[in-house]
Amino acid sequence: MSYLLVVGVTIAIYAVLTVALNMVVGYVGQPNLAQSAFLGLGAYFAAVLSTRYHLGFWWTIPVAFGVAGIAGFALGAISLRLREDFLAITTIGLNFVMVAVFQYLPFFGGAVGIYSIPVPSIGEHHFGNLDYLILAAAMLALVVGVSKYLERSWLGASLFAIRDDESAAASVGIPVASYKVVAFTLSAAFAGMVGSLYAPFLSAVTPTSFGFTESVVILSMLIFGGLGTVRGALLGALVLGALPEAFRFISNFRLLTYGVILLLMLRFQPQGLAGEASAVSRLVGRLASPLRKSRDHGPA
Amino acid sequence: MALLEVERLTVRFGGLVALDAIDLAVEKGQFVSVIGPNGAGKTTLFNAIAGAIRPSEGLVRFDGREVQGSPSARMSHLGVRRSFQVARPFASMTVRENIRVAAAGKALLQSLRCLGLRSRDRGIAERVDELLETFGLARLAERKAGELNMGELRRLEIARALSSRPSLLLLDEPAAGIGADGIGPLAQLIRGVHRSGLTVMLVEHYVGFALSLSDRVVVLDEGRKIAEGGPEEVRRDERVIAAYLGKEGSRSTGTNPLGGGA
Repeated sequence: MSYLLVVGVTIAIYAVLTVALNMVVGYVGQPNLAQSAFLGLGAYFAAVLSTRYHLGFWWTIPVAFGVAGIAGFALGAISLRLREDFLAITTIGLNFVMVAVFQYLPFFGGAVGIYSIPVPSIGEHHFGNLDYLILAAAMLALVVGVSKYLERSWLGASLFAIRDDESAAASVGIPVASYKVVAFTLSAAFAGMVGSLYAPFLSAVTPTSFGFTESVVILSMLIFGGLGTVRGALLGALVLGALPEAFRFISNFRLLTYGVILLLMLRFQPQGLAGEASAVSRLVGRLASPLRKSRDHGPA
Repeated sequence: MALLEVERLTVRFGGLVALDAIDLAVEKGQFVSVIGPNGAGKTTLFNAIAGAIRPSEGLVRFDGREVQGSPSARMSHLGVRRSFQVARPFASMTVRENIRVAAAGKALLQSLRCLGLRSRDRGIAERVDELLETFGLARLAERKAGELNMGELRRLEIARALSSRPSLLLLDEPAAGIGADGIGPLAQLIRGVHRSGLTVMLVEHYVGFALSLSDRVVVLDEGRKIAEGGPEEVRRDERVIAAYLGKEGSRSTGTNPLGGGA
């Protein structure tokens, strides 16, 4: 039971990261291979503040959100000056920069990382795995809710327009640059927010756990599930998050497995499993269309 | 006072002079066409007016304000909207959303509104329905724009441009890529848009199409303005005929390359 809870928390954390990443990669179509750097920023700030400055757990959540958001804002501003392929390379580089910062800045505790991060508590009750799961699910609900709202808002439609054609978007008055920066900021802030949970959940943070490979894992989940939709991001995190648990041997070849899945998806099913025009969602649409028709023709 | 004034507008790409000191004025309510052989600088002129490229020299005055070098989003907010030579729909969005997303309004209103729900704005929804109807897109409203054919895309681009009630509409070769039988209805639509009170500038390769719609015609060749005047005047102008005959140019053929009107 406890093991299942741990798997559940891990998947929920990945799901937050994937849904948040979708705001940049899915909605605006900007490559971003630095999601784990923002997770790391949130986790490290939470860890440092709670161990060294005894900041309460609940306060570390908004701090992690804010710090990662500021970093996301900076990346967004940089992205405006870069073409897509150079932006991808820049975000890859950002991972290595962040790992180096965690390793060499004394503030972040050096190469060994930070240990014995205090367990969060509500009153006298100390967090167990179930509490972590509930909080992770609440964070997931928040980021899903924000995503869903975004999709129906003016801002969201403008982001889709930017993804489809930047020049055309600008020609109808959409402020391309500032909206891109907003998307980067939001996406990074949510990744940082879940970092504040990740740190006490693992009870330790080390620099290398927020490297490039983790970013690849998160992006693989999103592409596997399907870019541009919340359901795709959730499905990707669930399937690829559960896979190494379900098949133990995969965890030894985790990166290889994810890498192969990423390549196969991009080659044969770039829409992902549940993306906007994927085979699965087309199938569901076809199956549902007779239902819809009969409803339309039914009595008013 | 002219709605749009262009003074000595010059655009250079490296050593190439794409536009050489163009002077131009468009009065409110006028329909002005810009014609010329391939590479004359017609699209460059539109891009410089609409803010897609920054002119090297010269002035663009819109509604009395100097606006040269303003980015396209600001030009759109000021009331200049355009269509593109190669259609640029928001391919993954529905036809309705394509028009609606372009109607968010001027800068301040847009930023106040950006966190609101699109479906809440009834006024805009009505405007979008009206445009869908006018441009014969109503039955395609829920289709993805990426699935439309060329004629439908041309109409969508004009509808999208009109969604914010602009005061100047720039049409960049709207007849390109649509069959001969589609040109008549398109001309009717454009004429209707103009009659509703909008100022229109048209870049066109089909000279007959452009002349039939225009109050005034500006002829460009190799980045320079070589003639300007009413359609009939331009049709007879020796320099214009020479510019077209000297090149493989226009699709109109016959003794007079500017041929009979449409």
